[in-house]
Amino acid sequence: MILKIFNKFYDTDIGYSFFNSKIAVISSSIFFVIFLCSFFAGIVAPYNPFDPASVSLMDAFTPPIWSEGGSSGFLLGTDQQGRDMFSTMIYGSRISLIVGFASIFFAMTLGVFLGITAGYIGGRYEIIIMRITDVQLTIPTILMALLVDGIARAVISRSMHDEMAIYVLIFAIGISEWPQFARVTRASTLVEKNKEYISASRIIGLSNMIIMFKHILPNILRPILVIATIGLALAIITESTLSFLGVGVPPTTPSLGTLIRFGNNFLFSGEWWITFFPAIFLVVLALSINLLGDWMRDALNPKLKKR
Amino acid sequence: MSLLEIKNLNITYKTRKETIVASSNVNFTLERGEILGIVGESGSGKSTIANAIINLIDPPGEITSGLIKFDDTELQNNEEIIRKIRGRKIGFVFQDPQTSLNPLFKIKDQLIETIQTHLNLSYEAALTKSINLLEEVGIENARKRIEDYPHQFSGGMRQRVVIALAISCEPDLIIADEPTTALDVSIQFQILSLLKELTKKRNLGVIIITHDMGVIAETTNKVIVMRHGVIVEQGNTKDLLTQPKSTEARSLVISVPPTNKKINRFKLISPDGKEITSSSANLTKNIIKTWGIRENTNKKLLNFSNVSKVFDDHFISSSKNLIDLKSVRAVNDVSFELYEGETLGLVGESGSGKSTIAKIITGLVKPSSGEIEYDNFSLYNSKRKYQIAKSRGQIQMIFQDPYSSLNPRFKVKDIIAEPLKFFQKKITKSDLNQNIYDLIDIVGMTRKSLDRYPHEFSGGQRQRISIARALATRPRLLICDEPTSALDVSIQAQILNLLKDIQDELHLTMLFISHDLPVIRQMCNRIVVLKNGIVCETNETEELFNHPSHVYTKELISLMPKIESIV
Repeated sequence: MILKIFNKFYDTDIGYSFFNSKIAVISSSIFFVIFLCSFFAGIVAPYNPFDPASVSLMDAFTPPIWSEGGSSGFLLGTDQQGRDMFSTMIYGSRISLIVGFASIFFAMTLGVFLGITAGYIGGRYEIIIMRITDVQLTIPTILMALLVDGIARAVISRSMHDEMAIYVLIFAIGISEWPQFARVTRASTLVEKNKEYISASRIIGLSNMIIMFKHILPNILRPILVIATIGLALAIITESTLSFLGVGVPPTTPSLGTLIRFGNNFLFSGEWWITFFPAIFLVVLALSINLLGDWMRDALNPKLKKR
Repeated sequence: MSLLEIKNLNITYKTRKETIVASSNVNFTLERGEILGIVGESGSGKSTIANAIINLIDPPGEITSGLIKFDDTELQNNEEIIRKIRGRKIGFVFQDPQTSLNPLFKIKDQLIETIQTHLNLSYEAALTKSINLLEEVGIENARKRIEDYPHQFSGGMRQRVVIALAISCEPDLIIADEPTTALDVSIQFQILSLLKELTKKRNLGVIIITHDMGVIAETTNKVIVMRHGVIVEQGNTKDLLTQPKSTEARSLVISVPPTNKKINRFKLISPDGKEITSSSANLTKNIIKTWGIRENTNKKLLNFSNVSKVFDDHFISSSKNLIDLKSVRAVNDVSFELYEGETLGLVGESGSGKSTIAKIITGLVKPSSGEIEYDNFSLYNSKRKYQIAKSRGQIQMIFQDPYSSLNPRFKVKDIIAEPLKFFQKKITKSDLNQNIYDLIDIVGMTRKSLDRYPHEFSGGQRQRISIARALATRPRLLICDEPTSALDVSIQAQILNLLKDIQDELHLTMLFISHDLPVIRQMCNRIVVLKNGIVCETNETEELFNHPSHVYTKELISLMPKIESIV
């Protein structure tokens, strides 16, 4: 059964291109492994770093297993609170991935909706939407996210803040990413709406909503999918940057960025592993998603489909 | 010794799943002063052979065996020799004059570059030669026009420039791949005359690749008929067109719409050589049952009166002073009437506004002024908004491009089901399926095709699906906008037969838009001739063809390529 599906996938052009691109196979398997690990963090990670009972300060600053003074219980050593680095990273990547996926989903929903309506309806509505995206694209992502975070801090009470932090983060990253989606969606919609099958739908008398979301949307999914993949890497990095700056998730539930920030304090006192492993982990994660996005962009582009 | 000799040429395209044979055992020769036509349906490998001669086959295609001998030099797979010959001894004219010239260079630069690459001439000499060439291909005021960019020339003029480029280095052979397909009839006539004239004057060999049998009849001396990469018949043009021997050639000749008379139906030949006489008469019974019996009342169905359409760049110009503006009027004060049960033809060259008229009737484009009444109600209200709810799907349209007129993400079943469900909200599942089956039967497709996606079908099959979709709303008025111009002749004949049958059985009224006069003659009862958005003449078909009264109509009729001219 699985073999059958696999064969069918291999038979398509996309599948063929996938299995013949080493980069695509390697990067997607790395991403897949990281994704599974963080999804099943409770099973994969040897400790639960969020559970204060399982952490002992006595174990703090244990170096990785292979260096002098390493302990067999802690593969990649421990941090300043005695939490197992490996487990903390797995749990941290879970938060990074959740924030990444959720914010991209948010940005995609908003951007695609505004883009498709702007492209299809046109007129004054289109001009307003597209000028808003133009203005927003002049504000750097990080700045936008910091701004949203600042406003959220002022609005939400202090006690609520830690709880709400992750949602604020998702909103902040999502709101700074949507213009990309809106632009690409609008451009593709403009191409698609002039095709004759759209004219045919209009002559039948279908409503604009049906034409936009049932006829146009499935035909412009490819470019959106590519931006979403590349945007996912960007969102994870933005999340880490924000957490590194201390405006992201609270320290009690650290993400990769938070871990790098903690470790940074000890970098020059010899405890390099606290910042090094989360940083490498972040690079590998972002790189694998980016490379996958690159391959996807080429594979889904009919103009590059020569061989 | 022949100018060009091709022997046992085999070309294959290797893809991941299969090896496609693009030409197998192709043999022919071409002498100086001869025009050879290669005809065949799309995918028959005619362009592949032309590209093989100058070694421009796109990978993964390759010449696997055979001989291409040009002036006693073997060309096959020898890029070094071909590079010297390509452009120098062999000139090439492509189909689309819009894209075969570089838009960023002046005509002068493109001509001089080509000439200096191949001939050892100074800049001054090359310039003089270029001007002479432009004069030779009939460009007036060549000394001044040579400084212009391609976009400053019209389509026909651009094709002349391309021909000037092709003959610039005094080649011995010109290969023209569909040289007039993108051009209007009058310009087509000029370009073909030019090619004929050059052939005689310069003693060239010319290969014309086309799917238009009229072009073949009027210009060529010899013809090759191809099918699936194999030459099925070759010979002298007159013999082949009057007494075709092979089934393919017979099928090609027989399905060309005659220009001199009106026939009832096109004869079709099945691959085994027998005539197909089937009609979808008995298949329409079910449809008629669900639609209810209609009768032709001959009443006025559509009244299109004094309609104008001005395309302005934006809504900057206020509608008040429209008349003062010198803006382009795509449709200018056009009036015609359409009676129930008839087929009205709209004929004209590109830019004559015929498609705009179709779009105005279907509400895709708003008219600037004028009144359109369908069945005694106005299609546009006082605020110029289209009243689609009132027509309730009674006006449907079949489009020109079968490759973009079906949603590629929908299965055929869903494409046909959508309008059915839209107009009959309470339709039961079994009724819906029955309706879909009836529709797919009537357009002559198998029920198996319902579960497939549009890209799995050929152009003609897709056009059939389009027809089924249009019929799903139970239309009374069917607008056909160049429904067959993207199809091969034999497929065109099938689709035209189908449209005729459907019209007869279901008592449809049709507005048939085309630039192709022979097709219009076969399909229509009355014809409106358009030029630059203005109606030149409206008349009964036979009257119009036999006694055209307007100068433009006369010109169009005299210039259309006639397959009968050879007989």
